[in-house]
Amino acid sequence: MIYQTLLKEFPYLLEGTLVALELLLAFMSLGFVVGLALSIAEVYGNRLLSTLALMVERFFRGVPAVVLIFLFYYGISDGYDLSPFGAATLALGFRTGAYQSQIFKGAIQAVGSGQMIAARAIGMSKVQAIWSIILPQALRFAIGPWSNEFASELKDTSLAYTIGVVELLRRAKYIVSYTYGNALVVYGLCAILYLILIRLGNMVLYRIESKLSMPGFEMRREGR
Amino acid sequence: MSLLRVEDVHKSYDDLMVLRGITFQMDRGEIKVIIGPSGTGKSTLLRCVNGLAYPEKGRIWIDGEEVTDPKTNINHIRSKVGFVFQSFNLFAHLTALDNVAIGPVKVKGMKKSEARLLAMEELRRVGLEDKADAYPAELSGGQQQRVSIARALAMNPKLILFDEPTSALDPELMGEVLKVMMDLAKEGMTMLVVSHEIGFARAVADEILFLDEGKIIEKGHPSELLTNPANKRTKEFLHQIIELYGEEREKV
Amino acid sequence: MTEFFEFARTYLPVLLEGTALTLQMWAWCILGGTVFGLLLALGRVYGNRPIYALSTGYVELFRGTPMLVQVLFVYFGLPEIGILLSPIAAASIALAMNTAAYQAEYFRGAIQSIETGQVEAARALGMTQIQVISNIILPQALRMVIPQWSNEPILLLKYSSIAFVIGVPELMARAQMIGYSTFRFFDAFLLAALIYLILTTALAQGLDRLERKVRVPTMQIQR
Repeated sequence: MIYQTLLKEFPYLLEGTLVALELLLAFMSLGFVVGLALSIAEVYGNRLLSTLALMVERFFRGVPAVVLIFLFYYGISDGYDLSPFGAATLALGFRTGAYQSQIFKGAIQAVGSGQMIAARAIGMSKVQAIWSIILPQALRFAIGPWSNEFASELKDTSLAYTIGVVELLRRAKYIVSYTYGNALVVYGLCAILYLILIRLGNMVLYRIESKLSMPGFEMRREGR
Repeated sequence: MSLLRVEDVHKSYDDLMVLRGITFQMDRGEIKVIIGPSGTGKSTLLRCVNGLAYPEKGRIWIDGEEVTDPKTNINHIRSKVGFVFQSFNLFAHLTALDNVAIGPVKVKGMKKSEARLLAMEELRRVGLEDKADAYPAELSGGQQQRVSIARALAMNPKLILFDEPTSALDPELMGEVLKVMMDLAKEGMTMLVVSHEIGFARAVADEILFLDEGKIIEKGHPSELLTNPANKRTKEFLHQIIELYGEEREKV
Repeated sequence: MTEFFEFARTYLPVLLEGTALTLQMWAWCILGGTVFGLLLALGRVYGNRPIYALSTGYVELFRGTPMLVQVLFVYFGLPEIGILLSPIAAASIALAMNTAAYQAEYFRGAIQSIETGQVEAARALGMTQIQVISNIILPQALRMVIPQWSNEPILLLKYSSIAFVIGVPELMARAQMIGYSTFRFFDAFLLAALIYLILTTALAQGLDRLERKVRVPTMQIQR
């Protein structure tokens, strides 16, 4: 009986997958910008800037994701009507930004200080050097670890459940609620969907990685 | 009865036949040196002797116990046979002293304090008593190899196998290791050595075995084999060695 | 600002009660997860075909699915096959099973990075396989794994917060409860965030000190 329900509701679940992917793309983009900004501030900023960036990073890495989601939701709701999706995007975005800043920092350092010195020596300003010399190289170094982060954040889209975003997990919960007594099967299916999603995601990322790789720009892949 | 008996040993890796019927014997106190081109199975042969590799055909006995019998307690045999590796293989997380002591403690059940005293003795024997508390990463290659010899000696072995003991060492460091090996030879230790060091062979070997393409091509006393080899391939190989390494170091 | 401090003073005790529960869960998770993770790693490195298959399957499953799904599955799904667990037990078990999978990979990497030469040397001395694993492999692997491993306790401390979803009255749940009763949600969560921050920072520093303490110069000259 449950299997018939699941078959009927399958499109509903898949829609949830799309919501999750939407969320992922949204907050990963935010994270990219935040992460890049933080890493540049930490490596090239003055004392004040780099300390500030470090504190931001520490905060978003030391506080649990769900707490951050609720903080953003209630913090902004006073002034501006923020949807759960928006809150989740902001919270998870800043959080991944903090993690990504670590990746970018490592990548920038892998480029080596010699490049910056050479750029300054021919007359470039710091900003020009960062933009045209450092970043193009650093970003290539970052590809491996960044795709690890991307794949791992896919799982964390499920955390948006806690604030009511109707993504894959919440849809599974709704199905569990109205087909009383089938949690095992439904959540099991949900888990399998995530598993497939992540496998597919990893394959796609691997393909992209290979396309973008250049000799001399490999960085070791580590990650959760 | 001979201490080591190797009978018609055959071994292959995947499709490559590495040993094609090796037969020889060793008595107590004998020293034999195996020479030959690289990749001809010399290391494999040594590993067959203490059971680290298993021949497809043929049998090996040490002190009357058959190594190649699946029912033998191989660890018991190994505790009587020392093995010195080309890449030292010291235990990275233990000091020199503990590297030497761990065998007696874990395999022979000796008390730790007793083993440490024994280990100190062996380190003194190889000239490294002042490095007892050093970790392998803090020792030079020659020192590491000497510790590994001490580690083998601590087990009071009847026979020690040496797998190209000086090949991984810089020239300046080879001497200290060869000296320890010479001292052991003089004390009457039974040694089976795979090496390129012709000078060492000339000085202490009772017999040299020339191994090529998995077979013993020629064997004989150094005074004959080195000066007047009977086989053409032996002659060619010795020529190469002398060209590559220069005249044998007499200072050994 | 002073308003916040007043708020903090009033509600800190409640939050600290929740914190105690958080730490309790966390301790059990780390303990169970590490032991189980080590066993899984040994299974993947030394196990025979079926053991290897089982442990690999387990690791893939738990690393490839979200933690929240695992918690919900354990708490709501298992009762359907007769395993009834309290919220705190369910959360602890799910989290422990999760961290075990990640730790298994860290341990496996460390074990396999120890050159086979040392294993050969140990066997040449006459040690049994078990002696080799416990005297040579593990002492080194456990030291080498610490930098990567220390991510886990910190991560677990943060992820313990998802237990609030199934009703465990830990730190996050208490903050939410305070929010419901005072409508000062932001302040409550901010206070909770600060507590988490202090805990994770202290933990990170402690683990750093641990790493430095057990470090042994383990660079083997490779050939």
